[in-house]
Amino acid sequence: MITERKCRTLLDVALRHAAGRVDGIEVTIFFSNISTSRFANNGMTQNQSPSRTEISVRVLKDGRQARLASEGITAAAVRKLTDDAILACALLAPDKEMLPLPADAALLPAVLRANRFDHKTASFSAADRARQVKAIVDVARAKSLTAAGVFETGSFVQAIGNNQGLFRFHRQTSAECSITMKAIDESTLNESTGWSKAHSTRVGDIDATALAERAALKAIASANPQDVEPGNYTVILEPAAVLDLVSFLLEDFTGTSHVDKLSCFLGKVGQKALGDNITIVDDAGHALQAGAPFDGEGLPRSRVTLVENGVIKNLLAGRSSAAKLGCAPTGHGLSEPSPEGEAAANIVIEGGKATLDEMIKSTRHGILLTRVWYVRQVDPTSKLVTGMTRDGTFLVQDGAIKCGIKNLRFNQSLIEMLNNVAALGPSLATAGEEGQPAVVPAMLVNNFHFASGTRF
Amino acid sequence: MHDLAGYALDIATAAGASYADVRIIEQESQHLGTKDQNVSRVLLGSSQGLGVRVLCRGGWGFASTQALTRQSVRAAVARAVATGFASASCLSRPAILAPEPAYNAVWVSPHTVNPFSVSLETKLGVLLEAARIIRSVKGTTLAQGSMSFISEKKLFASSEGSRIHQTFIRSSCGIEAYATNDHDRQRRSYPNSFGGQHELAGWEMVERWNLPANALRIAEEAVSLLTAPACPQTTTNVILEGSQLGLQIHESCGHPSELDRALGQELNFAGASFLTPDKLGKLQYGSPLVNLVADATASGALGSFGFDDEGVQAQRVYLVQDGLFTGYLSSRETACLIGLARSGGAMRSESWNMAPIIRMTNISLLPGNAGSLEDLIGATDDGIFMSTNKSWSIDQLRYNFQFSTEAGWEIKKGKRGRLLKNCSYGGITPAFWNSLDAICGTQAYVDWGVPSCGKGQPMQTMWTGHGAAPARFTNVDVGIAHASLKEAP
Repeated sequence: MITERKCRTLLDVALRHAAGRVDGIEVTIFFSNISTSRFANNGMTQNQSPSRTEISVRVLKDGRQARLASEGITAAAVRKLTDDAILACALLAPDKEMLPLPADAALLPAVLRANRFDHKTASFSAADRARQVKAIVDVARAKSLTAAGVFETGSFVQAIGNNQGLFRFHRQTSAECSITMKAIDESTLNESTGWSKAHSTRVGDIDATALAERAALKAIASANPQDVEPGNYTVILEPAAVLDLVSFLLEDFTGTSHVDKLSCFLGKVGQKALGDNITIVDDAGHALQAGAPFDGEGLPRSRVTLVENGVIKNLLAGRSSAAKLGCAPTGHGLSEPSPEGEAAANIVIEGGKATLDEMIKSTRHGILLTRVWYVRQVDPTSKLVTGMTRDGTFLVQDGAIKCGIKNLRFNQSLIEMLNNVAALGPSLATAGEEGQPAVVPAMLVNNFHFASGTRF
Repeated sequence: MHDLAGYALDIATAAGASYADVRIIEQESQHLGTKDQNVSRVLLGSSQGLGVRVLCRGGWGFASTQALTRQSVRAAVARAVATGFASASCLSRPAILAPEPAYNAVWVSPHTVNPFSVSLETKLGVLLEAARIIRSVKGTTLAQGSMSFISEKKLFASSEGSRIHQTFIRSSCGIEAYATNDHDRQRRSYPNSFGGQHELAGWEMVERWNLPANALRIAEEAVSLLTAPACPQTTTNVILEGSQLGLQIHESCGHPSELDRALGQELNFAGASFLTPDKLGKLQYGSPLVNLVADATASGALGSFGFDDEGVQAQRVYLVQDGLFTGYLSSRETACLIGLARSGGAMRSESWNMAPIIRMTNISLLPGNAGSLEDLIGATDDGIFMSTNKSWSIDQLRYNFQFSTEAGWEIKKGKRGRLLKNCSYGGITPAFWNSLDAICGTQAYVDWGVPSCGKGQPMQTMWTGHGAAPARFTNVDVGIAHASLKEAP
């Protein structure tokens, strides 16, 4: 893993080499060595232990800017990269919207201090991961199921510095386990599946056996899935389903999406757009959150209330969109130059007190979703998205889970959905497969629209 | 490089690997973007590294390094072997590889003008000129453009004796016109959405697609879409324009014919497949007009190569012949699992830093005899012509799909009629392909490129291609996506 000292050294090499030849220079370094053990059909199928360090140099000169990226991390390679960036700048048309690099770090707020590095996770070996996979497979075999999934561990580093005195360094570990269990009914040969997943900065937080048991329970409980008619249903969305749906709304909170007139919340900042019980913040300092506490230009991430009791309160702004919108940057900018501008990083949706059991008991006729799949935006104005249910979809009847059902396609406006939330569970650290991990609750939602069914 | 590859192979086999292969890749890239008259992205990249894959007691291991020194390569091989033996401790069955000859070969992708010989100024000039034309149309609110160029040199070496050098030049270009009012956001793209068109070609493809010459049309269409009637919710004939048909092929034929999916190896994320081995040679996947091939030899198509990433020579394999499901995209390991004599040559990796998995090559629908698009519209009494993908989704077994397109046009009595917005259609894969009743001819056939197909854990993206000419499908449910909205936009 690249050290803070090495990152500072590479920055100094670039700065010294460019001195007097540029108006601004920024160096970004990213390292990752996350290893992934994949398994399927109750055995290991692939096992990767990659490692990569990337360095990029952004040069600003005469109203132009260019970013060059490379994997050369020797002093000579960084000097060449810097020369090439200066050369590339000269070949470009002027960038009329280019801003100078952020001011001296001393003038900026300090970044949050969060220890998101765990030595056990960083040193978790291939043999350690294999033992976790074996434990998962043991659960599957004991229940005559087949298991597929991943167990991954590793670390990454993000560092950024510029010739204005700014330097940031963040190292973090990451552990993730995702499991799908498949059951086959002996009499009908019908298949059913169940899924569970956990993500943490510490591998000790991942209980592979418990996750396997949970996925197995869902696979078994949804045996011989029944057909249900599409239509409007009350749905209980487990946190992973909430995450993978709401993730498609996050781009509408970026300043750039408003500058470009693309956001579904255009002209609605300060107005009520969602239900009274919806409050969403972007909070890099939340105890259950992870990631670097600074953005793509090194600005500290601030806590931003995006939605408060249904009112659109604030947008996420990088320096560029902030200048255009007349607001302060929030520390969510991407590496510049960037067409997208900024992105949400640490979403926390305020939860409630309803347990999943209470939601089920309060539902006369509805559907419980473990997970959603292949969610895509259909209409940017209404924020209509489509997608499928997957790996644990159940009919809830008269306050109890009645049976597993065949999967359904939904076409659902996220704005309408977040106006129809009848109950919220506690907010939990959650990992889905569409959006990045976040802190979100389960939701009980009325009038969720299913458009069609499928064959399994 | 040969020495380093040979060194890696030697120490891998000495450490106990029964098989090893090494890829050493050097890549140069340019990604350019414009937003109206501003440059929104200039990212110039270079990458090089070595990935080593080993088989140890039947278990796979993989590791990589970007430092091309003996010391770093030795460490990477040690990690690969350790992961291989760790895999071996937890196998359901050891991997066995279908035979493939050892090759000593050189392959270069076809291109006329090296895109890296064209100045950044020239490239951005094309995008800025297209943007100027788009924004000259009243009612447009944003013009975006992009170009990408990738040059890749790859050495593959295996413990079975292969030494293969390949050079790839990939180019892409595209523009987008946006129109927004208080109630609606509409977009038109050219030549396609997903960043435009992508080919295994040089700068000549940018000149051929002529972005500025098409800027005015898409700008006017984007503005017209704001006031266009919405696609009706009904069942009718649908003619899919080639790029949309390409994505339909990608999702509903390409992915389900990946043999790793069919065998359950991607169950946790990408999903499995309804095309299970028991259906091979038995399932009537489509109408007798449907002939789908996995063709890694198609000249200039984005998914072509000389050899895949486990050294299997490029092939043209029928997946569906005369409507019958007949073949898979396969690897040396999966080929063995279903008794195939040889891999279909579909193992590909995003970079030196990732192990190869089964990926699409060019999954293409062979052209028919329905003439040009105009001929096909002329031969259609009633229906909708849909163009350019806007949204796509399909279940994890690849049965239930739903697509929407940027634009559609009514077809009435053989004539193209009103522009329609918010067009969508959906169905179940075998029923849909069995409803195909006409395919345009070779004059309308294009090898469309899809550059960002995602699969695997961790996710890898891949360059895939889809040759397609417009085709007609009968009794298709359309207008389904927006049916749930309280007020249709």
